[in-house]
Amino acid sequence: MAVHKVLGIETEFGILHRNEGDSNPVAASSMIINAYVNGFLERRISWDFEDEHPGVDARGFNEFDALAPEIETHLVNAVLTNGARYYVDHAHPELSTPECTDALQCATYDRAAEEILIRSMEKANELLPEGEELVIHKNNSDGKGNSYGCHENYLVDRSVPFGRIVQEIMPFFISRQIFCGAGKIGSEAPGLTHAEVPFQITQRADFFEEEVGLETTLKRPIVNTRDEPHADSKKYRRLHVIVGDANMSELQTYLKLGTTAIVLAMIDDDMAPTDCAFETPVKSLREVSYDLELGMSHRLLNGQRVSALDVQWAYFSAAKLWSERFGFEVVGGDQIGQDIMGRWQQVLTALENDIESLTDSIDWIAKRRLYEGFRERHALEWSDPRMAALDLQYHDLRPEKGLARRIGLERVSTDEQVEEAIDNPPPTTRAYFRGRCLERYPDAIVAANWDSMVFDVGSDPLRRVPMLEPLRGTESHVANLLDECESAAELLRRLGT
Amino acid sequence: MAEREQKQRRTSRSDDSEVEEIEAAATGEELKAELDDLLDEIDGVLETNAEEFVKNYVQKGGE
Repeated sequence: MAVHKVLGIETEFGILHRNEGDSNPVAASSMIINAYVNGFLERRISWDFEDEHPGVDARGFNEFDALAPEIETHLVNAVLTNGARYYVDHAHPELSTPECTDALQCATYDRAAEEILIRSMEKANELLPEGEELVIHKNNSDGKGNSYGCHENYLVDRSVPFGRIVQEIMPFFISRQIFCGAGKIGSEAPGLTHAEVPFQITQRADFFEEEVGLETTLKRPIVNTRDEPHADSKKYRRLHVIVGDANMSELQTYLKLGTTAIVLAMIDDDMAPTDCAFETPVKSLREVSYDLELGMSHRLLNGQRVSALDVQWAYFSAAKLWSERFGFEVVGGDQIGQDIMGRWQQVLTALENDIESLTDSIDWIAKRRLYEGFRERHALEWSDPRMAALDLQYHDLRPEKGLARRIGLERVSTDEQVEEAIDNPPPTTRAYFRGRCLERYPDAIVAANWDSMVFDVGSDPLRRVPMLEPLRGTESHVANLLDECESAAELLRRLGT
Repeated sequence: MAEREQKQRRTSRSDDSEVEEIEAAATGEELKAELDDLLDEIDGVLETNAEEFVKNYVQKGGE
């Protein structure tokens, strides 16, 4: 039986400081986060780096010949009462959602992340001199060859051989682009012009050069091997997925997380398709992204030629068999599991028969319709800067400028749910304990991270409370305890640490 | 591979009737009008100096 697919999503946002001359993106990102922390939070709690090991490789070796990701401990880093981490990563503001137990919950926290960035941006802009402005984009590329990520994380069973995960998830990653892509004008792969690739399905496919590896900033791999479980490492892995786009469409975020969680559960249970391995994964990843009619066939290792849709149908059929045997408990229950399966089938069917019916739910399809209309109206080439501006503005988080919001894309969360998720943690994971402690005992918490919290209750040395089980510390476990404990000292006493 | 399922789905769509075609035409016009409205709106909010905005939009690689 698969382990519960606890999941989260981390997004690096694009940032522009307008009219500032020599703008520094690290300083600009810090301003964004500080504006939120100082404007909306009672007290700043820092991130704790004690348990971070991003250089450990899932294939069993440390920092082989690759560059281990750097941890920039000196940059702004905050923990929010909803259990999220909000920080400066490289030269971008980044927000990691709290751990969630199903894809719908996580899509809601992803939308809450957008709202947090919008509030941060508005607050920061109040503080800037007249004429200057900070602008945030939820995208993955500047159109000039620089990319930044939107990573998904899923809890997987440590006992499943990593090599099997790689083999069985790779075809899914290559083919899921057709409903996960955020769309992009042109190509940033070396040597390709607008004439060859006027528009493509994903923002990210251009930037992947390897099949498997540890890097995230250079020679990006389709399957990333970072082995940093942020949980009991004897029982779990955290699959760190770097191959996705940041979506403006909530439906896409939901489907991306939901279908991937189901496929990973199938892999845990050894029921995923094993006959879909692509002959040239990196090449196929790009070809799928460039194939707007979805008609191209790709060669598999077994000699067959299939389309991305064929591969998706194979995973869909296997998921049906898997769910008949195991149910949907590990992806959040029957209701959510059936909903994901239903929407998955609907979207694949529409991609096959009636792509235009998805203009209000899939970013790349919404973009394509809009861009073609705009191009025709103003008689523009795809390479015109106005087209590039349009392609940035789709992702612009300024409410008066952003195009994605104007289209009225299909929602999966409600405004009320998003409002709740901005300040409150999901009740079903350890994020509940983290978030509620921050809200209730802010003065006694020195630092927090994914799998522990450090308390300072005065007299004694600092005390670390480990949280190695993502499904412990939930509302049903600790709500009463937290309500009863007036102080952090009392909480620690009752916890027996 | 789920080839059989796909073929079934394709055939189920091929029995178009005249009524459906007329409805489709009407929906097509509605969609066109909706797109025109959206494009009008976009003309109003698009960055005034698009070229400069795009030129200045340079990000550092991340992750």
